[in-house]
Amino acid sequence: MPSRPPRRMNLNELVDSLERARLHGHGGAYFPTGTKLRAVASQRRRPIVVVNGTEGEPLSRKDRFLLSARTDVVLDGAFCVAHALGADAIVVGVDHRRVQVIDALEQALAGRPELADRGAPVVEVIGVPDGFVSGQETALINFLNGLEAKPTTTPPYPFEKGLRGRPTLVSNAETYAQIGRIVAGRFDGSRHVTVAGAVPRTTVVSVRPGTTVAAALTAAGGVTEPISAILLGGYGGTWAAAAPALELPLDEPTLRAEGLTLGAGIIFALGSSDCGVSEVARVTRWMADQTAGQCGPCVFGLDAIAGALEDLCAPGLPGRDRFRSLAQVQRWCAMVNKRGGCAHPDGVSRYVTSALSVMAHTFSDHAGNGPCDRCEADYRAANAPLRRSVRTGQAVPV
Amino acid sequence: MRSERLIVDMISCSAHGMCAELLPERVSLDDWGYPVIDAAPLDPELVGLARIAVQSCPKLALRLQREPARAPARARR
Repeated sequence: MPSRPPRRMNLNELVDSLERARLHGHGGAYFPTGTKLRAVASQRRRPIVVVNGTEGEPLSRKDRFLLSARTDVVLDGAFCVAHALGADAIVVGVDHRRVQVIDALEQALAGRPELADRGAPVVEVIGVPDGFVSGQETALINFLNGLEAKPTTTPPYPFEKGLRGRPTLVSNAETYAQIGRIVAGRFDGSRHVTVAGAVPRTTVVSVRPGTTVAAALTAAGGVTEPISAILLGGYGGTWAAAAPALELPLDEPTLRAEGLTLGAGIIFALGSSDCGVSEVARVTRWMADQTAGQCGPCVFGLDAIAGALEDLCAPGLPGRDRFRSLAQVQRWCAMVNKRGGCAHPDGVSRYVTSALSVMAHTFSDHAGNGPCDRCEADYRAANAPLRRSVRTGQAVPV
Repeated sequence: MRSERLIVDMISCSAHGMCAELLPERVSLDDWGYPVIDAAPLDPELVGLARIAVQSCPKLALRLQREPARAPARARR
């Protein structure tokens, strides 16, 4: 429970302080939050505030951490925004499987003093279907409107026509936490990132803009083996060569100048005992399966890219077929980029294209010499014959 | 006069390919039969043909968009 209710600001005060803090969205798109607030406020109808806590990115843990362990800061931000916009409703969307997060929110809401005010916004916590694309802002709005959790055509954007057809501010949960800190005068530019891969365990760490990638890995318990490459921004993010990337500061403008981004705040370290090709093929197949199934280039293109990457890991394929698959991956990544209703294909294109350039040697080695031992082991594990257990009825290896 | 450009709503499109048939100057098809559209403003002599392509799309997924006079607040999202 907060010690005292957060300061209330009017719209101009709030937007000014967000702009002074140079706050950009923490969901991955890095859109300036003050501009988004103004766009919502410039509409005629009464706005609605949506907190996006769906966290569909499999490597991310920071939103569930903030929503369950820093609940009041997130709510401070949401209430402050709702007050400034004159919104009469706040909706928090959370992956329906994260029962503990929903419980933490319900509990924190029970202790909020604002809810006793006259004209206080109605606050709802709503479970959203899991899936990579269901947290995309138009997909979330479409689901909250009682339809499928699938992206819709823009325009109209949520800021003009969102929940219940009203102007809607949709922002990531951490963005509201940052607003809460800014309003309380406790903002210092730090943010939360999830560190995964070759570390003892997937960890959420708080980093300042000057913190390097290497320091974040250390904060997460240190690397468990030498690193061969680093993925920034998660499954829709960008691969970078380990040596230069380790020294990069976790400062979004600096990273963007390098063609990189932290996205929703994710650092994944690929250990040298893992095979990059096998990892990229596995993730691309998962992303292809996560398509909302609406746009042709995404439905057919991502499946084709994943299939061609799997060819590089499959034993027994002639060498010329592997070279052809590798060439097709390049072509198809360019072909699907910017061709969907949402940015899902763009993310896969970026992920795979950057892997091909950062791990060029590994990919051409796989095309020339066939799958490595690690690929073969992964392939065998994925294609192992299964039988049904007599006792539990579940599939177990033969 | 403001120029116009061709856009496709990929969610509605189901690869009938009418657009590429009627306006090959601006529309080609990808490996799966979905349109790849040249987003540059249309030359005046193509506008009439583009309009026919738009009206012929069985899914009403193809549209002509008038070039905005000024970029909206959130043009790129």
